[in-house]
Amino acid sequence: MDFPEEYKYTEDHEWVSLEGDIVTVGITDFAQDQLGDVVFVELPEVGDELQSGKPFGVVESVKAVSDVYAPVSGEVIEVNEVLPDDPETINQSPYDDGWMLKVRVVDPAVVENLMTATDYQTFVEG
Amino acid sequence: MQKTPLNSVHRSAGARLVEFGGWEMPVQYAGVIAEHLAVRQHAGLFDVSHMGEVEVVGAQAEAFLQYATINDVGALADGQVQYTALCYAHGGIVDDLTLYRFSAEHFLLCVNAANIEKDHQWLQTLLEKSSFSELQLTDRSAEYAQLALQGPHAARILQTLTHCDLTTIKTYWFRQARVADIDLIVSRTGYTGEDGFELYLPADAAESLWHRLMTAGRDDGLVPVGLGARDTLRLEKAYALYGHELSAEILPLEARLGWVTKLNKGDFVGRDALVKAKQDGVTRVLIGLKLTEAGVPRERYPVLCAGRQVGYVTSGTMSPSLRQGIALALVESDAASAESFEVIIRQRHVAAQKVKLPFV
Repeated sequence: MDFPEEYKYTEDHEWVSLEGDIVTVGITDFAQDQLGDVVFVELPEVGDELQSGKPFGVVESVKAVSDVYAPVSGEVIEVNEVLPDDPETINQSPYDDGWMLKVRVVDPAVVENLMTATDYQTFVEG
Repeated sequence: MQKTPLNSVHRSAGARLVEFGGWEMPVQYAGVIAEHLAVRQHAGLFDVSHMGEVEVVGAQAEAFLQYATINDVGALADGQVQYTALCYAHGGIVDDLTLYRFSAEHFLLCVNAANIEKDHQWLQTLLEKSSFSELQLTDRSAEYAQLALQGPHAARILQTLTHCDLTTIKTYWFRQARVADIDLIVSRTGYTGEDGFELYLPADAAESLWHRLMTAGRDDGLVPVGLGARDTLRLEKAYALYGHELSAEILPLEARLGWVTKLNKGDFVGRDALVKAKQDGVTRVLIGLKLTEAGVPRERYPVLCAGRQVGYVTSGTMSPSLRQGIALALVESDAASAESFEVIIRQRHVAAQKVKLPFV
């Protein structure tokens, strides 16, 4: 199981990477492993406003439907166009090619309050 | 939660275990899609020891089962298997099962895990209320383990472990044979739509047989398969699953089980209700839907025709073979002749087309 040091993490199993006021968001290696084969991804549209803690999309595996929650508030500026056609990219590369969206965050400081890789690893491994 | 004799084998194989019908079962090992495709292209090994086995022994065994089940038990020869169901007097389904005839006085019923006690109780009650005598019903579920070896390479793999000539066991026939030094029942049946076998054996021999089979199948692409792929495999072939397509509230004639409902075989439990339903025409019928847009139909999602709800999805999934959403749906008979439907997925109307079954 992979927990890249440079990312921040949420209790809902999303990872966040901050550059300036833009965050990239995806689901963690742990989340994709728990879900199993991802077969469908529903993403917001560019321009949508996300509210921290509210669902912004859906990831479906063969067996289950899971909401994905916004780790921060802000405007969606880009979504990963690869995912609708190749949802399994999330399983293959959750932290790189399987990224879900980029958001112009309202308050970049909130990212600092999210879990570190070590905290998140403790969180999921108990 | 009950455990099969292979529980620790699954754990060491890295399976993800879930609760199913009161049992802790492997839902997947490597992944549902990979396991599904392995069964379609090579072979897969399933632990289905959660399934129940009820033995019926006695001079009137055949007559009793002819009365208790909807298919024609009289049509069976020794060594033959039959797919059938138990119905209530009102025609709803108690359970669907496979029935094994050893002789006219000895049968074995393979029933769904979640229904073992209910079925045993139901048969016992039928027996007590009827005039059949000298009959013994015994729940043998704890004594039996069951493995399913399924896929185009299944016969080749199994043949390496037995002197019994498997080409002489035709589909829906069985044989008592020695496989990997274990005396067991080899049944040419399954729930995947592929060639294959279901093996009934003493519970304490399950681990040994599992390892012998996995070793024998190594070069033929044999992989362990969990309940996740068992479900997608059966759904692609439109096989009904109790609790989804079949229930006490659904008639066999509504659930595409007309072919096993033998209304002319003489009296049986549920016959009057089913004859009436056949004469009046059923109000609902099971159809196959394929989504023509992206999405995954799931159980209980509403199904619309011409803007009006006409039914619901009984089972749905992303078909690993077709890479498309597929569903079985129970819809009003009047709507069943239509070609275009919609499935509501999270408030979204997703277009679906009726397709001939099976899907694959």
